[in-house]
Order: sequence, then structure tokens, then C-alpha cells
Amino acid sequence: MGLMHMKNPANSRKKPSKGGLFFFLAGLIPSLIIGWVIYPMVLYSKQAQPINFSHSIHMNPEIVDGIEGDTEIEKCLYCHEFREDGTFAGIPKLAKCTECHDDPDSALGESEEEKKFLSKYVANEKEIPWYSYYRQPDCVYFSHIAHVKMGEINCKTCHGDHGKTDKLPVYQANRLTGYSINIWGRNIAGYKTNTWDRMKMDDCAECHTLKEKEGNNACFVCHK
Amino acid sequence: MEEEHGHGNKYGMVIDLDKCTGCGTCMVACAAENNLSVRPDESDKQHSITWMSLYKISNGKKFPDTEYSYFPRPCMHCNHHTPCVSVCPATATKIDFNTGIVSQIYARCIGCRYCMAACPYHARSFNWWDGYFPKGKGLERYLSPEVSPRMRGVVEKCSFCHHRLMRAKTKAYTENRRELEENEYITACAEACPVQAITFGDLNNPEHKVSKLAKSPYAFRLLERLGTEPKVYYLSTKDWVRKFADNYLPGEFKPVTSPKG
Repeated sequence: MGLMHMKNPANSRKKPSKGGLFFFLAGLIPSLIIGWVIYPMVLYSKQAQPINFSHSIHMNPEIVDGIEGDTEIEKCLYCHEFREDGTFAGIPKLAKCTECHDDPDSALGESEEEKKFLSKYVANEKEIPWYSYYRQPDCVYFSHIAHVKMGEINCKTCHGDHGKTDKLPVYQANRLTGYSINIWGRNIAGYKTNTWDRMKMDDCAECHTLKEKEGNNACFVCHK
Repeated sequence: MEEEHGHGNKYGMVIDLDKCTGCGTCMVACAAENNLSVRPDESDKQHSITWMSLYKISNGKKFPDTEYSYFPRPCMHCNHHTPCVSVCPATATKIDFNTGIVSQIYARCIGCRYCMAACPYHARSFNWWDGYFPKGKGLERYLSPEVSPRMRGVVEKCSFCHHRLMRAKTKAYTENRRELEENEYITACAEACPVQAITFGDLNNPEHKVSKLAKSPYAFRLLERLGTEPKVYYLSTKDWVRKFADNYLPGEFKPVTSPKG
């Protein structure tokens, strides 16, 4: 019975003052800003590519007429080619560039970047140390030819309309894992708006399922 | 496991024990192909890892009747109620009924070793240490980019050189083919065997040599009566060798009447 007469300690407490709310928000808001804005900025390193390459200039037939191909894919494949055994060469080697840019003393265009490219790399026959945006972890196997040739998927479906860009994006690597931001995803909350925002396992599986290729969700199709 | 083989491939292997000389080339080829690391003391076989092991058996008779035989033992890629797959709590190992290959995903493995306990063939090994490739001795230069190296704390096993299947498929795509020819995809052990005791191919394809050999009266599988339906077959004309493949009660083993007697 004694308990009935006891005052509920919660009722006896005063309502929180506005000062308390201020301190609550003063703690919460900066924490959210640190977690959602500053931390993602700190998490990723930013490295500019050694030289800027303009895809739009090279893909414009009025400026460059050496890139052959009837379709967009064929034009991409002119430089980003398949080897004879079907493997994908990825970022072209210097030899591909020097098919046109063969003379280090005479530039084909007027850009400063080209002069830098000619004097630094072509003249010294040195490969350009490009950063690769889409390098997957060791345990991942990916066959470009299976998707591009057999699956008839456009390059830009997964990579965006890279062929029309004027500037190479800044390469961002996760400081903890070393993986590129293009793999882990641009949005720290895990949202993606475009296919090329993120390239994780679930994104591969999502597309396989959409295209009714569930069989390709077997582990050993994409793992090695 | 409700899934069954459809019209897909069912890759398998036939090992002719009468041809096998026990030279161990298959083990070496396998280790080199699949980035198997070495231990500082490789003679310590409790801790060294092999995907392809070689067992030596003897008929136990005195001279001049003594006979030896060797059992090369890769992963059996059991087709039915695959023991490792059914116990794995992390879904790190799965059987793909389009190829018949039992996969092992190292990044997913939690290292509980339940699969090792479940495997009747001792085909699985545990990595107690991170991979070790001594620098300056050239081993690191032989690492293949097609096979991911294993980390400490995961289980590994023979994959039927799955990366070779992917390589063959990628090559076939350049020629607009989806189907592979016979021998376009064979394992490293089958390729390396100097006496060609190992035949590899599609057991679902009656034209392939493996499916013909697997129907031979001399063909048998290890611990066949467990019902795991291994996809690795052995051939031997010797009854005492075939008897080694299972635990027979007295009078249970039925010898194949061999033409040689």
C-alpha cells in the first residue's frame, strides 16, 4: 500500500528547459554533420589523374577522325579494346595513344595537357600511371565481353556517358580499404540514382535478376 | 537440395589408376595454378595445403605379389546432397547446377570448418596463416591473377580450375559461341599429367570422353554408397584397388570379372 502513496519520480521532475533542448541539438547537429558530411570527405582521398584526357574531343569526328566505328560501342572499343583471347584491355596503354600521337615534338591539338603528355610520356616512352576508377577486389571476376558482346549492354549503361565528358573525374580512394569510391558508392547512405554510382555485388545481382539471368548469380560466376 | 541438373554442363573427371605412376605432377601443377602458398616447412604435412592429394595404397601382399597403386584426390564436387554445401552456415560454398562445380568463396567463409568435418574425402584445407610467398625466390612472380589468394582463417579446396572455364568461355565469346568444345576447358592437373591418366570434360555430354569412360565396367567412385555422387570417377582393372574405394563388409564386394583374369 505504501507504494500507492509514493510519488512517481517521473511526474515530479520538471519539464526540460529550453536550455536543455539547445544543448541536445548543439550536440546532435554537429554529430550528424560530422558523420554524414565531414567523415565521407575525410574517408576518401582525392587524386587527380596524371593528365587530363578529353573523351569529348576524341569522340568528336569533326576534331578527331581517327577513331573508327559505326556505333558508340565500336568507338569505345577502338581504344578500350578486347584482346584476342577475349579479355578486356581496360585503360589503353601508351602504344594505343602513339598510334596517332607518334611525334613528341608536334602536337595534334592546342591543349596544354597534350603538350604535357607528349613531353612527359611520349618522349620518354613512359606509361601513364592512370588511376582506375572501377578496379574490383581480388576475389571478383568480371568478363566485359560477356556483357558487351553477348549481353549487348552499352558501355554507358554501367559507366555513364563517359564518352561525352571533357574532364576526367578526380579519383577517390577509400583510405581504409583502398577501393575506389566508384565501387563502394558515392552516397554514404547507400542510395544510388545511376548504375555507375556504385558497383557492388548487390548491384550486379540486381541487374542479373532484372534481365532474368538468375543463373548468373551463382557464386563462381563473378567470384574467383 | 531440391535443385537438380537441367540441360547445363556437368563437369567431371575420370582418373585412370592403371596409368597413374604417382609422380605427383598433378599436385605441383595444381599448386602452381591455384596460388597455393607454401609453409616455411613444407615437409610438415599437417599444416601444408594441397588441393590435389596423392594417396599410396598397397595390396599388402609379400614379394613377389606386392602391388602399389596411387589415388590422386581432388575435390569430388559431389552432385547429390553435397555434404559441405548442406552444412555451411555462411553459404560460402555452393553447387552450381549449370556447371556442376562446387564453389568456395573465401571472402565469405567464416572459418568454422564445419565443411571440413562434413567432407567424407578430406578434400578441404584450412588456412591457419596468411598466404606465404617468400620474396626474392621467384614464387611471388608466379602468382596467377586469375585465382584470388586466400587469407588466414578460411577454408579452401579444389575448384576444378574454375577460372579456366571462365577463360575458355571468354575466348569462345570472341567467336560468338556460348557452348565450349571438348578439351577447351580442362583442369591444370589433367593438362599436366604426363601419362594422361586424368580425363576432364562434361559428363552430361555423351560425346565427351569422360562420359564414355565413366560408363566403363572398371569405373568406380570413392565411398560411392554414401550417395554423394562424386563427379570424379576412377578406373582400375584391379579388383584390390577398387575394393579400397569403400568400406566393404566381408563378402560384400563384387569383383568385376576382368578379361585378364
